[in-house]
Amino acid sequence: MSDTDKELRVSKIRDGTVIDHVTAGQALNVLAILGIDGSGGESVSVGMNVPSDKLGLKDVVKVEGRELSQSEVDVLSLIAPEATINIIREFDVIEKNRVEQTDSVTGILVCPNHNCITNADEPVRTEFAVLDDGVRCSYCGTMVREGDVAEHIDTRGSGETAL
Amino acid sequence: MPRDSRRRRWLTHVMLRDHLISAAHLSRDDIEAVLDHAAAIDTDPGIVHGRHAGRVLALCFFEPSTRTKMSFETAMKRLGGDTVDMGAVESSSVKKGESLADTVRVIEGYADALVLRHPSEGSAKLASEFVDVPLVNAGDGAGQHPSQTLLDLYTIRENAGLDDITVGIMGDLKYGRTVHSLAHALTEFDVRQHFISPESLRLPRNVRYDLHEAGAQVREHTDLDEVLPELDVLYVTRIQRERFPEEREYREVAGEYRIDNEVLASAPDDLSVMHPLPRVDEIAPEVDETARAKYFDQAHNGVPVRMALLDGLLGGEA
Repeated sequence: MSDTDKELRVSKIRDGTVIDHVTAGQALNVLAILGIDGSGGESVSVGMNVPSDKLGLKDVVKVEGRELSQSEVDVLSLIAPEATINIIREFDVIEKNRVEQTDSVTGILVCPNHNCITNADEPVRTEFAVLDDGVRCSYCGTMVREGDVAEHIDTRGSGETAL
Repeated sequence: MPRDSRRRRWLTHVMLRDHLISAAHLSRDDIEAVLDHAAAIDTDPGIVHGRHAGRVLALCFFEPSTRTKMSFETAMKRLGGDTVDMGAVESSSVKKGESLADTVRVIEGYADALVLRHPSEGSAKLASEFVDVPLVNAGDGAGQHPSQTLLDLYTIRENAGLDDITVGIMGDLKYGRTVHSLAHALTEFDVRQHFISPESLRLPRNVRYDLHEAGAQVREHTDLDEVLPELDVLYVTRIQRERFPEEREYREVAGEYRIDNEVLASAPDDLSVMHPLPRVDEIAPEVDETARAKYFDQAHNGVPVRMALLDGLLGGEA
């Protein structure tokens, strides 16, 4: 059975974006990072722990009626570096891209240092530089290891990438 | 991507032109320019006499300060300028809940440059994003204190030079902002750095990462005796009581990092003992009377060094 056949188990979408090859267990974090919580009215399907030839197990996220741009999805490189982005129109994949590593992420993560100024009541969005093995707060310098990044996703709103 | 270019990219990313936010942003050339100018001012203060007449430096101290605040004030006045002081937080609009961003935006309208001390890490970077005039970080929580580093380097250079030396930094390395700034700046020189502290107060991960990335020669110790005979400079910092849950634990730890002439018996005769001050009891008063004690000279050096720094930031020579 091919990966495409397995995707059908979740549901096939007419128009929108399929984020495939998401690291198993990260699907909900993908939605959190993208700021997709259903309030926008889009249909969202999530497949978790789907068998994958490439990854063993993977998650799949399908967002109906919304085409995510490359800059929107690149931030996913923090938690799902193998993810592929398929833009779907009339049930066909018209564009297939990989996520690309970003230099920094803005407004996506919360700094784990409680004494960081970004955790005070100031008009500032968090900003983290992306390093080889994690991220680093551009304000206080606190580092977060790659494996711990998902724990610090700001679920209060969506962010943006800065290239 | 190679590690060097990663680090450079991070530094460039947080670099803020015309502000002094972190010692990690200072190149060797930057540092030497300020120290050379400070030395010239120290020799002949007349070279900058009246140069900044009519200009105003705003002192924004959200935390107590004696040396830093007074030496900036003295430096500005000796440059011919004047200062305005936000005063204590208790008597300012901050008490009414005003944000730091709003506070500095208002104060920049009154001054040609700002000096900021604030209890939160990253506060100086944030403040600098809201003002157009130069801003100096005079301490952001446990983060950085780069102007202190410049006067520390000036003192080290006067006594031991800044290349091919061994420096021991001892005490609260985790929360000590003067330590973090000094460690960053010393990577620009040929300096062997030894860090001596209890395990619970060792250098934070981000500073260790930067030193490693910079290729610095670094070793960590819990016992001063291991390294004391090798040192040219011993930089002592205070271990703060509030960092420990129990008074007993604090006393045990602090006692091991206190120096007197007996402890210093195995040190080289020309060791320079430094301290950013204030000290409590980590250096016995008997050390004050020896040629090794440099901490009062160090504090006095704050004036010429901050004169040189302000002269540079306000459009002078540095």
